[in-house]
Amino acid sequence: MGASLPDSAAANRLFLSGNEAVARAARDAGCRVAAAYPGTPSTEILEELAKYPGLYTEWSVNEKVSLEVALGASMVGARALCAMKHVGLNVASDALMTMTVTGTEGGLVIAVADDVGMSSSQNEQDSRYWGRFAHVPVFEPADAQEAYDMTRAAFALSEAHRCPVILRLTTRICHVKGRVQPRERELHEPAGFVKDARRWVMVPGNAKPRLPLMYQRDEALRADAEASAWNTLYEGTDRRIGFVASGPAFMHVRETFPNAPVLKLGLSHPLPIERARELARQVDEVLVVEETEPLVEMELRAAGIACRGKDVLPRIGELAPDVLRAAVAGLLGEPAPKAVHAALQTVFPRPPTMCVACPHLGIYYTLAQLRNINISGDIGCYSLGAGQPWNALDTCISMGASMGVALGMDKGRGEADAKKSVVAVIGDSTFLHMGMQGLLDITWNRGNVTVLLLDNRAVGMTGGQENPGTGRDIHGEDAPRIDFAKLCEALGVKKERIRVLDPYQLPVLFKALREETKIPEPSVIITDRPCVLIDHYEATQPYKVIADKCTGCGNCIDVGCPAIHVTRRATKVKPSGKEVELAFVRIETSACTGCGLCVQPCAPEAIVHAAPEHPVNFLYKKI
Amino acid sequence: MTITNILVCGIGGQGVMTATEILAEAALSLGYDVKKTEVAGMSQRGGVVTSHLRFGPQVLSPQIMPGDADLLVGFEAAEALRWAHMLKPGGAALVNLGRLVPPIVNIGLYDYPDDPIAQLRALGIEVHAFDASAMAQELGNIRLGNTVMLGAIADRLPFPADVLLNAVLARFGVRKPQLVEVNREAFERGRRAVAAAEAPPVAMVG
Ligand SMILES: Cc1ncc(C[n+]2csc(CCOP(=O)(O)OP(=O)(O)O)c2C)c(N)n1
Ligand code: SF4
Ligand code: SF4
Repeated sequence: MGASLPDSAAANRLFLSGNEAVARAARDAGCRVAAAYPGTPSTEILEELAKYPGLYTEWSVNEKVSLEVALGASMVGARALCAMKHVGLNVASDALMTMTVTGTEGGLVIAVADDVGMSSSQNEQDSRYWGRFAHVPVFEPADAQEAYDMTRAAFALSEAHRCPVILRLTTRICHVKGRVQPRERELHEPAGFVKDARRWVMVPGNAKPRLPLMYQRDEALRADAEASAWNTLYEGTDRRIGFVASGPAFMHVRETFPNAPVLKLGLSHPLPIERARELARQVDEVLVVEETEPLVEMELRAAGIACRGKDVLPRIGELAPDVLRAAVAGLLGEPAPKAVHAALQTVFPRPPTMCVACPHLGIYYTLAQLRNINISGDIGCYSLGAGQPWNALDTCISMGASMGVALGMDKGRGEADAKKSVVAVIGDSTFLHMGMQGLLDITWNRGNVTVLLLDNRAVGMTGGQENPGTGRDIHGEDAPRIDFAKLCEALGVKKERIRVLDPYQLPVLFKALREETKIPEPSVIITDRPCVLIDHYEATQPYKVIADKCTGCGNCIDVGCPAIHVTRRATKVKPSGKEVELAFVRIETSACTGCGLCVQPCAPEAIVHAAPEHPVNFLYKKI
Repeated sequence: MTITNILVCGIGGQGVMTATEILAEAALSLGYDVKKTEVAGMSQRGGVVTSHLRFGPQVLSPQIMPGDADLLVGFEAAEALRWAHMLKPGGAALVNLGRLVPPIVNIGLYDYPDDPIAQLRALGIEVHAFDASAMAQELGNIRLGNTVMLGAIADRLPFPADVLLNAVLARFGVRKPQLVEVNREAFERGRRAVAAAEAPPVAMVG
């Protein structure tokens, strides 16, 4: 069998994810500065880059800052990369929309990862729009090798046209591993900053003369795209349909319709219209396969090229082979192909849960007990508080939104909400990203909001990265550590309205929340226990349930810890005649890390320490 | 074009991705083109994880479509059932009997299936079920479940089992030599668990 393999030199290649390939390429391209704020599916780009010596990497406090750091580096002539998830570019867009006017010096690449299919995001967005909006070119790799090659090409194109270049990734590029052949490393010595106010100081008088340059650049880029080897026309014998495809969708098209002509867009903006015309001449019908918005489709139509697209393909999610097969059959008037397989089985859903002993568990247990509150939430692991068993988070919009939304809920309320308190819940990293401005707005405008600032010393959601509150930098080395209590005070919260407490002490937390929500002033309750996934976390002696003592009250289940399991259910009729459901439990002692949360609501004291020699294993811990 | 499609499923934290990575390394060592993709929405926190592995002379799309998997490797019984429709007719499922019951079931909102294995068999699927979690625990470390599962797959691949074993052991060889022997044992136990069923291997590569 080995003899029939096409590539015996394969052993020299690397096996990399798209993210790893981008990182490796940036390093090989002589990138000197790389900055990012974590966000799935882009996070590993910076994590990987940080492992290479010889270049500066940082976690920035948010995406806008990271893009500005990259721009500054570019201004002095260094090659720079900035990475983010799709929503990050919304945050960074203010900088982008003007740096496209100044242009860049050292190559500047913006790697932006769209979560097509929404595996872990609050929305689905097509970042290719930014290319049009900001007049910058867009590369769309279709696999890890292309992610490598295009990252390198993007640095070169950025320098050729002196503008930022977007590398548009999707989840199916970032997290797919494939073989990658790296190339020789380049070195780039920054040329130095050239002072030039007309270039870098964007006041109207300086910016206006630069706008025509931007439009000229568009034309030059369009010519490049028409001639670019990244845009390839694959001939085909089955000419009923010719495809225009980019990104991972290209691979799906090639796999599903190997004999059809395909125009593969690699440098997809500016759109190589003439190449598309060439394809259209060869085929009966053109079908544009793009994730997710009909951008190319609309531009082709505007150029007078008839095509199909979102009228037959879904606008949402990935355009995987099965989706394509069905759509194309419909287009050709053929019966829909049916894959032969076992019927889909109905199995309970398994949504993500908070970790065993997560410090957020105590927060939501407590919030769930409070009545008459509206809880404005934010993005992070603590968003899971909206789910079972707590149902104690009422909104989640965008990073930092909990602050402004809470203030708006306070100021906008009428009779219906007059008796309710407004609580905002936000994580440490989210607070520093975009929440602190909102808190300032609350204090300045005298909002009546109680803020729960969950300092778990990590960006938990994305895997426990560092932030300015952890006291470590991207390399895990000691760094200045922000003091949240002082920061809140500086933002205008009265000192006596700031409390720092342990989220594992349920009665203390309950009392503090009750008190603070009654006082009509801004207040902040900071909780200070670490995420269980980081090394600050120390597991202690685990617990077990004495079966004979468990009365089946189910109180401990309300904590929501995944280590607590129901062994038996029953119903009991109370003297009052009321029927109550009972659930008897056990604790998976090998998973329990002894946080003690579930012990507190257990009235019959059925939860006790397991034998000390019982080993704790981190089933839910990152391996 | 003969491509082997292996779908590995389980829940976040079980080592699904690591196991698939090791399988990928084995295939790579033979010069195959390999693509591996994960669908893991916030998988660190106990959610559903699937890892798709495709290898052959040339692999374009990284995704396995419903009805295309040659092998379904279930690290958790209910998860194997959830993904049963991914198997092609005649494909086999290798399933860990160990159950991980999520809070949503404990709260009482949903039921865990009574017998996921029987349900799989009722679908006409060739199922090999064994308690990899218990075997791992017997060997002293729940994480060895991963290696047990790899052992179970080993005789169903289009290449010799030793290639996979070597890929497993290479992980520890240098950094943690003390783990080599126990992993070898875990691997063999997984192999024996499936061999005991004496089923004919599935023809995967034409
Ligand atoms: C603009 C933007 N950037 C990045 C993300 C990805 N993201 C979601 S939550 C989060 C951080 C959560 O950290 P923290 O607030 O500390 O809460 P934890 O998860 O630790 O509870 C990140 C980076 C996002 N959703 N939006
Ligand atoms: S990763 Fe950390 S913050 Fe997130 S659920 Fe787990 S313990 Fe909680
Ligand atoms: S003490 Fe209770 S809540 Fe804490 S980890 Fe153990 S089982 Fe979970």
